[in-house]
Amino acid sequence: MIIKQLSVFLENKSGRLSEVAGLLGNAGINMTAFSIADTSDFGILRAVVSNPDKALRILKENNFSVQLTDVVCLICPNEPGALAKALKILEAENIAIEYMYAFSTGKSANIVIRPANVQKCINTLQNHKLELLNSSDLYKI
Amino acid sequence: MFWTKEIECAPREIISKIQSERLINTVNRVYKNVPYYRKKMDSSGIKPSDILSIDDISKLPFTNKDDLRNNYPFGTFALPMDQIIRVHASSGTTGRPTVVGYSKNDIEMWSENVARCLCMAGLTQNDMVQVAYGYGLFTGGLGLHYGTEHLGATAIPISGGNTQKQIQLMQDFGSTVICCTPSYALYIAEVLNEMGIDPASLKLRVGIFGAEPWSESMRKEIEQKLKIKAIDIYGLSEIVGPGVSCECTYQAGMHVNEDHFYPEIIDPETLQPLPPGEIGELVFSTISKEGIPLLRYRTRDLTRLIFDQCECGRTLVRMEKCKGRSDDMLIIRGVNVFPSQIESVLLEMSETEPHYLLIVEREGNLDTLKVQVEVQEQFFSDEIKELQNLSKKIKSNIESTLGISVTVQLVEPRTIERTAGKAKRVIDKRQT
Repeated sequence: MIIKQLSVFLENKSGRLSEVAGLLGNAGINMTAFSIADTSDFGILRAVVSNPDKALRILKENNFSVQLTDVVCLICPNEPGALAKALKILEAENIAIEYMYAFSTGKSANIVIRPANVQKCINTLQNHKLELLNSSDLYKI
Repeated sequence: MFWTKEIECAPREIISKIQSERLINTVNRVYKNVPYYRKKMDSSGIKPSDILSIDDISKLPFTNKDDLRNNYPFGTFALPMDQIIRVHASSGTTGRPTVVGYSKNDIEMWSENVARCLCMAGLTQNDMVQVAYGYGLFTGGLGLHYGTEHLGATAIPISGGNTQKQIQLMQDFGSTVICCTPSYALYIAEVLNEMGIDPASLKLRVGIFGAEPWSESMRKEIEQKLKIKAIDIYGLSEIVGPGVSCECTYQAGMHVNEDHFYPEIIDPETLQPLPPGEIGELVFSTISKEGIPLLRYRTRDLTRLIFDQCECGRTLVRMEKCKGRSDDMLIIRGVNVFPSQIESVLLEMSETEPHYLLIVEREGNLDTLKVQVEVQEQFFSDEIKELQNLSKKIKSNIESTLGISVTVQLVEPRTIERTAGKAKRVIDKRQT
């Protein structure tokens, strides 16, 4: 249930994201979801990709600071209140969320979560019968 | 191990006697043969007969880099060109290069001094010495080359750059010694690591590093990463090139070959000699050189002299690692800043590598210092707050060392230029 997310350090200057996208594209690696966290000086690209290990290797070869980070992907109905319900469960278990981002495909929404404790988060959500994506499924979306 | 024990371990009186004789001889020669020096001494009211011993040296006027530039190219030579068998020139980052000429005796004297240095550093004729300083106008390559040959060791004249080839020869030839700039040594370590080569699998045992200032912590890093003893060698082309002074295996300051190069420490502001042990600007007089003898040449290097006998037994005066060059020194909001201070801070932090660039700008009337530091892969976190904490930590460590506020910018690995020669650490945008 653990998804390996690609995290890349980017300087805040033009052309950096496009270089990463180009490198991944040329290698035939697809980005299923991504977000960018930014400060005035730098940003961090976080992306769920079709082949994280290969993506890691290619970006390393091109001198990027890059790592794989464990995240959880929750599937919930694309409707009001669905996210609130999931978050309440995590809150009740004191599971802190470092960051999250989401994308929806029609009837369902997918939420990528980086919790402080990945395994506890997975167990908690599963105990509450919430649906999680496993890695093989996510990369195919 | 000593190359010339009778000099290296001589009592002070013997050294002073040699220095006095040689200084008197040099002063007479330059007064007679170099119009520039005659004019300069005449206008200061000094005659060669006023110089009776080495203690009279402070009566002589100083020589500056500008004096060499103004007499470009050969105006300060003391011999006719048919007696000059080689010239070298400084890199000349600003203005004209400074040109120096060597007689046949000078080349022998230089080789002798470098051999003495290499012997101090523990080298013998069994060593395989990879000379990775640039060969050419720069004195580094040829200086170490001739010294290696004079010692009787094997010189590998590979020159600078082409790091893959450097590593290949280290493996194939079994080089035991590498001579290059300390920043290039770190770069070689980085490439070895990338290539998956364990430095312990090489026969490398000593590095002879010079041509740029480097800190004690940088030494530790090089020694640990390359599994070698890192020896500091000092020199400048105006005086002779590398071999003016060098550390022995105790690494406790560089022994000055003071029977050829006489050191003084002066206050760079008042130009007055400072008492022994005080930090100031290093001034050298060449007392045996024929081609271009220089009297009281201001090196702009800041250091201090140590007159105690070294553990190795040598009595030659030692100079400490240079604290930086006075013309390299940045004055930011009235505070003196040496790039080497920032390097030390970064090296002392386990989270950073010494790959940094200083950018000095003026915003309104206020000078600002920005320090760019590369984020190494092993310290990268995908959480903004972790990186911001790292940035804050670097900032506060630098600020407590320098005493001025700085901004720290994290940049991607490999964005700061690596060079085989002197590393460019400062961009000062205030001058334009």
